[in-house]
Amino acid sequence: MEIQKSFLGYKRENGRVGTRNHVIILPVDDISNACAEAVANNIKGTIALPHSYGRLQFGADLELHFRTMIGTAKNPNVAAAIIIGIEPKWTKRIVDEVAKTGKPVEGFSIEGAGDIETIMKASKKAQEFSIWASEKQREECPVSDLWISVKCGESDTTSGLASNPTVGNLMDKLEPLGVHLCFGETSELTGAESVCAKRGKTKEAQDKFMKTWSDYNDFILKEATDDLSESQPTAGNITGGLTTIEEKAFGNFQKIGSRQFVDVLTPAEEPTKGPGLYFMDTSSAAAECVTLQAAGGFNIHLFPTGQGNIIGNPIEPVIKLTANPLTAVKMKEHIDVDVSKILSREMNLDQAGDELIKATMRVANGRFTCAEALGHREFVMTKLYRSA
Amino acid sequence: MASTDIIIHDKKDNVGVVVIEKVAPNQTCNCWIMEGDGSATVEAKNEVPLGHKLALVDLNEGDTIIKYGHDIGKVVKTIKKGEHVHVHNVKTKKW
Repeated sequence: MEIQKSFLGYKRENGRVGTRNHVIILPVDDISNACAEAVANNIKGTIALPHSYGRLQFGADLELHFRTMIGTAKNPNVAAAIIIGIEPKWTKRIVDEVAKTGKPVEGFSIEGAGDIETIMKASKKAQEFSIWASEKQREECPVSDLWISVKCGESDTTSGLASNPTVGNLMDKLEPLGVHLCFGETSELTGAESVCAKRGKTKEAQDKFMKTWSDYNDFILKEATDDLSESQPTAGNITGGLTTIEEKAFGNFQKIGSRQFVDVLTPAEEPTKGPGLYFMDTSSAAAECVTLQAAGGFNIHLFPTGQGNIIGNPIEPVIKLTANPLTAVKMKEHIDVDVSKILSREMNLDQAGDELIKATMRVANGRFTCAEALGHREFVMTKLYRSA
Repeated sequence: MASTDIIIHDKKDNVGVVVIEKVAPNQTCNCWIMEGDGSATVEAKNEVPLGHKLALVDLNEGDTIIKYGHDIGKVVKTIKKGEHVHVHNVKTKKW
């Protein structure tokens, strides 16, 4: 198949391209959610991104919070952003960083004013942003402006057999065209970690991967009451035919095809070493992982599922594919791409990869994903440890 | 083309995965080798359900199970070609 060389995207001030044109109302902390949601309710064409944290965090955990907030608002799928926090200082820190992209951004703090006055002021600015963003037009952009993240969930044997390798096939075809790619799920690579490390393009990338994985493994061993043999693979995985943690990990690993990774990113870190595949240190919990990848600047997501994960994200469209014929029928409203014909050999991986590329291009051009049409907007902050 | 009973990921693999409801003892199973889009057959010795693995060769204690072209664990009980491969005869090398 001749791969489409361009798509219709929104060109941003800093040169990045969005597949969506959101105006977001982003609360800095949990107690500003009500205010942010009131603004989004007042002004059409805006969305609030409520979440549970942002108070009394410290150290690396606080830095991750800021990186996620700033990265989310900087994402090219966001046309403009309103930032609302209880205090002016943290709010300003986010606004100042987002402003560097050149996109419209304004911060509001609630302390000393109260919700109602803040809602009024922020709504006026949000209305201005929403009307401004509504005039933005999609323009032809090279396929290299796609930044594609991947993560699988509710996996079963069909994931490792077919839907994950389909994503791998897409990666093998699109990487040479200069796209950015990202995979994560540090914990789910246990059992395949040394093979995965060897996929690092440089010795530095390989060492960085092993350090990241070992730090995670040390944390598990410290917190766990036993080794993972009772929980990985899970009882459900075993019933489904998965025998060992290695087998599960290699099934997951099929998502990167035969690609090598350029660098290892910390959670929510934006890649800076040019196009290619990146590994991001993330949890394997779906919403946490996708939220971090979106904050890293990725503008479209591929999510293979077996038993039927239903996740979406407020700013990064999540395309779901499955090779499980039952899921494809019973959970049809959640599945964007059905590759179950691979199992009956009516479709090979090359054809499945082509189908997924076509679907990805259509969604990049603006077609709603199933999750978008259903209103899935899971925005979940990763927390490294408890607050002070 | 004959329908596929078993999928083998990689030419190096010594196990394949059942993709029909189940294969029965003495059934000659059609295998699809994904790498290179090739075909093979294997005779099943046990009933093996959907999603579970079947040995493509005789395996002895201590041998390594290869799936996706990679080491996914060790044989802890002798397995004959065509037999069910799972937690009763294979263990992780991790712990």
